[in-house]
Amino acid sequence: MTDITPRQTGNGMLTHLGHVMRENPVTALSFGLFSCFVLQAFFGQWLVPYDPLATNSARALEAPSADHWFGTDQLGRDVFSRVIVATRLDLTISVLAVAISFVIGSVLGAVAGYWGGWLDSVLNRILDTIMAFPLFVLAMGIVAALGNTVENIIYATAIINIPFYARVVRAEVNIRREAGFALAARLSGNGHMRTLAFHIFPNALPPMMVQVSLNMGWAILNAAGLSFVGLGVRPPTPEWGIMVAEGANFIISGHWWVALFPGLWLMLAVFTFNLMGDGLRDLVDPRRRT
Amino acid sequence: MATRWLPILWRLVQTIPVVIGVVIISFVLTRALPGDPAVQFAGQMATAESIEQVRVALGLDKSLPQQFLIYCKALLQGDLGQSIATGRPVLTDLATRLPASLELTLTALILSCLIAIPLGVLAAVRQGSWIDHLCRVLVTAGVSLPTFFTGILLIYVFYYLLGWAPSPLGRLDFIYFDPPRVTGFFLIDAALDGDLRTFTGAAKQLALPAITLALFTLAPIARMTRAAMLTALSSDYIRTARAAGLPPRKVLFGYALRNALLPVVTTLGMVFSFVLGANVLVEKVFAWPGIGSYAVEALVQSDYAAVQGFVLAMALLFVLINLIIDLSYTLIDPRIGFSSK
Repeated sequence: MTDITPRQTGNGMLTHLGHVMRENPVTALSFGLFSCFVLQAFFGQWLVPYDPLATNSARALEAPSADHWFGTDQLGRDVFSRVIVATRLDLTISVLAVAISFVIGSVLGAVAGYWGGWLDSVLNRILDTIMAFPLFVLAMGIVAALGNTVENIIYATAIINIPFYARVVRAEVNIRREAGFALAARLSGNGHMRTLAFHIFPNALPPMMVQVSLNMGWAILNAAGLSFVGLGVRPPTPEWGIMVAEGANFIISGHWWVALFPGLWLMLAVFTFNLMGDGLRDLVDPRRRT
Repeated sequence: MATRWLPILWRLVQTIPVVIGVVIISFVLTRALPGDPAVQFAGQMATAESIEQVRVALGLDKSLPQQFLIYCKALLQGDLGQSIATGRPVLTDLATRLPASLELTLTALILSCLIAIPLGVLAAVRQGSWIDHLCRVLVTAGVSLPTFFTGILLIYVFYYLLGWAPSPLGRLDFIYFDPPRVTGFFLIDAALDGDLRTFTGAAKQLALPAITLALFTLAPIARMTRAAMLTALSSDYIRTARAAGLPPRKVLFGYALRNALLPVVTTLGMVFSFVLGANVLVEKVFAWPGIGSYAVEALVQSDYAAVQGFVLAMALLFVLINLIIDLSYTLIDPRIGFSSK
């Protein structure tokens, strides 16, 4: 913390990144884990030893061994292969959900923060109403109403996350609405939209990135929770939540590996994003370091 | 005297638009979305005629505003529709199952407050010590834990391996009789009945699900307590109190903790939102006969009236809880006036 090097060489952000990484090995670890998950998501299906859907009733419910690292499930499918392949689906759901809420939240928040007035009040009331629901319960209701598909899990997760983004952007835009640089941009002939989009909004990006990372973990948990209760993803598809749900039936007979490994992966993914969020926050806003 | 009641009244008035919003959203969820509710309500064996009958019976042939009025009128009469799966009014189903959920949720919250608040206080007082690190690890791990996964792990360890816990199936083992229903809370009912065996039986059954939920809520409460205590401890009035030679205990609990509790109570509102959601998952894992598992069964059977009734009931419960939390501010901190909002 205290030994800040006086020289400022090269890219300031990169140096700062290196500094944060060295200072906080946990953040470095989280970035490492994150790359692992990205690799799994992209190349997982070619790396796994078995077809995640291939059943083999002769070898059902086998404990972890050299053949099957994570054991096999009730239909003799390889749990390791399924866990790795599931990464893509789980990450896709949460990335898409977070992206949708990022875009919609940004537009709503920026408009409300910049123009204020009745627009702002209406938006705030709507967000308050969304937040008045226990969010997971609202997501359940949305999926039930829209229909039980994977896309609708994405929409539901996106909708319940919009308020968080809209609030952050609104606050960031609002305090800069009358700032010198914004007025200067207006004075040199930029329209309202242009000023808002290219001069004011970029300032909201750093806190938004922190929000994204913290939110990703939550989105994964939410999506896995929804499929755990039987919404969205259909049984043969490998997905962490549904695999834990299937494994739960075998835990009371002592077949721990069916539920443990997908649950562990899910936990690790969420943990990674949460750690990264904390790391990003250190990077973006050193004052809020805990 | 009037000035003391005015902010409370104002806060009550503020609840009205939120409740209206909640009702509108749950109406939108039931009726106005793509897909034909009449087909859903008529069931899978429906013919074109029976779908048309259902459409008229539900008032779906009328315009949306008219439908909304009908919906509100039914709500005011406590009519949430009929559950297809159980064949009873949704409201009756929810009412009989609500105490089970509340018993679980409240026990979990009390448990987690009992652990998290002292932990947060200790972590703040001995900043940088092992207890502070423990607190940090717990907080980061706690928010990453999927509740349903923790529940399953606990079942494996405490039921399968150690055999301490009873089988994770419901509120009471079948060898006991349900206590006579007074409040619907088995612990309280058994205690009122003076039935110690049923009481311990219910408590054993409750322990694992409550611990699962408590682990989940531990993190935000401990984090907030620690942060609030740190802020309070570094403030001027604490320095003054210390300089005036007040005993450390009095400074810590009389001044610092009392002020730190306010943000903690605020966090409790948010925690409730998570808890009510996590409740659904925990109830499914432990086959707990509360409203969460009711909703999950209803979802599986495409019993939409039940699901929508559940969503509405949860939202209203959450609004009520937030109202109680806000009102309890005035008890903890008389400085707060809601009129400033």
